[in-house]
Amino acid sequence: MGKRIGMEVAVAVAEAVGLCNIDMAAVYPITPQSHIAEHLSDLVADGKIDAEFVTVESEHSAMSAVIGASGAGARSYTATSSQGLMLMHELLPIASAMRLPITMAIANRAVSGPLNILNDHSDIMPQRDSGWISIFVENAQESVDMSIIAFKIAENKDVMLPVNINIDGFQLTHMVEPFEMPTQEEVNNFLPPFVPHATLHPAKPVTMGAFAMSDYFAEIMKAKDEALKNSKKVILQVWDEWAKMFGRSYKPVETYKADDADILMLTMGSMGETAQMAIDELRAKGVKAGLIKLRLWRPFPFAEIKAAVKNAKKLIVTDRAVSFGGPGGPVFSEIKSAFYAEAQRPLIYNYIYGLGGRDVPVGDFTGMFEKVLADAGNKAVDTYEFWGVRE
Amino acid sequence: MIEVRWHGRGGQGAVTSVELLAVAAIAAGKFAQGFPSFGPERRGAPVTAFTRIDDKKINVRSGIYEPDVVLVLDASLIGLVNVTDGLKPGGKLVVNTAKSPDEIRKELNFSGTVATVDGTGIARKEMGVPIANTTMIGALLKVTGVMELDAMKESVEHRFGRIAQKNLNAMKRAYDEIKISN
Amino acid sequence: MALKSWRELPIGCVVSEPGSASEYHTGSWRSQRPVWNDSKCIKCGICYVFCPEGCVQQGEDGFFAANMDYCKGCGICAHECWPRAIAMIEEG
Repeated sequence: MGKRIGMEVAVAVAEAVGLCNIDMAAVYPITPQSHIAEHLSDLVADGKIDAEFVTVESEHSAMSAVIGASGAGARSYTATSSQGLMLMHELLPIASAMRLPITMAIANRAVSGPLNILNDHSDIMPQRDSGWISIFVENAQESVDMSIIAFKIAENKDVMLPVNINIDGFQLTHMVEPFEMPTQEEVNNFLPPFVPHATLHPAKPVTMGAFAMSDYFAEIMKAKDEALKNSKKVILQVWDEWAKMFGRSYKPVETYKADDADILMLTMGSMGETAQMAIDELRAKGVKAGLIKLRLWRPFPFAEIKAAVKNAKKLIVTDRAVSFGGPGGPVFSEIKSAFYAEAQRPLIYNYIYGLGGRDVPVGDFTGMFEKVLADAGNKAVDTYEFWGVRE
Repeated sequence: MIEVRWHGRGGQGAVTSVELLAVAAIAAGKFAQGFPSFGPERRGAPVTAFTRIDDKKINVRSGIYEPDVVLVLDASLIGLVNVTDGLKPGGKLVVNTAKSPDEIRKELNFSGTVATVDGTGIARKEMGVPIANTTMIGALLKVTGVMELDAMKESVEHRFGRIAQKNLNAMKRAYDEIKISN
Repeated sequence: MALKSWRELPIGCVVSEPGSASEYHTGSWRSQRPVWNDSKCIKCGICYVFCPEGCVQQGEDGFFAANMDYCKGCGICAHECWPRAIAMIEEG
């Protein structure tokens, strides 16, 4: 049974990864991921874990290194944020195309410009189409659990896809809070050894990352899409196994007082827990408010979203990124698209908030609900608004 | 739930203090959060750090706007930073200073509870360095009564190893010597 | 050979049979071919070293010739041969 401890989340993530018998990590430090990089390199340097820590000159090299290592059959790990993730961008679709089960922590941080080291989701959103499995966490326990679970999902023979775990930078990574750290024995029982689908080995040479002409490219893309869609059942299976072993269960869409809600809000990441307090306040005032928290971003959980929204009349989608000149927040546009063909669907609103680390107290969440409730003529439906921006 | 805002300067260990406090509170079976203000901090720049301690799960993750206690690690910040901003009515102000609570109260035109102790002086005596962050944890625990002093032992020992005992001695002195004036 | 459906593709498009490129006879791209004059050849092996296709082979008699299945007729062997023992002849 794991011990209940307090630890900085970034350090805890490194510790959790250290329990997973990784073979190598190539991590280039960037605020606010840096404590993950530093602590993991400490664990290797102190001989506490038997892995190669490859010090690379950039995040592009970090992703290249883990791709190469994973291709050779090594359980490989990396972590980054913001501009680092943007540097990795050209390699992400390659990692998923090559079906390499790399896992990566992203300490979500605003993308430049201007330069900002604080928390929002503008780093992960541009990576939407990269073909990676993408999971969001809300607190220390989830950060630790998902860091371990990621390997099992990624390496499943019916998945073989890279996984990224999104952890709000600073807001979560630099927070000391309580959680249970699984023991080495528990992780050993949970995580089987990595059996790659192919390896780069002189005894049996293969080619990975070959060239493909237009006569095959479309079929290859279709195969990749099917792989990502099919990974969902394995994700649910692995979460189920974790629940049986650790008593903590995870779902693609978590709900809080959503069953009988008239008005719902959707959050992703650590903001969810603060939003819960707003739900409680509103309920105390007689408003049937509820919260849905999107945990699984890719593959997108269409069925679970539809089930969670059920009969709500209004849905407020909160986004911490925006597609400039487009339909608003990325989560908003995906949710709208999910409901497009439904006979019954809520009126969907969108607030872009918490950008560049702007703090979001409980009052902001209740404010959003109140504003939407006051929109009797449904004028702001289907539109997006930057919350709290000085005009 | 108790919410504390710490004011210090980068390099004075405000972040270390909130971390130690959170780890200790969690080890004592409570729920806690310890986090810094998230800015590009550098040595000497005014910084804030935050503590939340509760007996039940803490859901709120935003910053602390209405603290129950404000702790000022560096008295030179008074006048530079509005240290009592948002302090709840009936809230307490703890200051690391050789001045008396009344002098601080006058300086700040503040009418609530003030507690002072010369944390820097104690730290110099007990540890040989004028770094008062761990010392002032003792002051905070005395003022709030949120935990027993010896609940800090394990987290301090884990963090400071050989010099842990000196830190604990300084902490105890602040705990014993702090002057609280309502 | 029929093209595979998306279901038949190997995972990650890994090419698991090494040397499968040798099934692709690039010799059909040729418009000129190299011809060795063995009386001038000094058996230095420069043509073998420089061939970008790696298709120049040394025979048992020590003289050299290109494998016509793969030779694309680039002419580098002829260009590098300093005894001028190789001539590029138009393909019939």
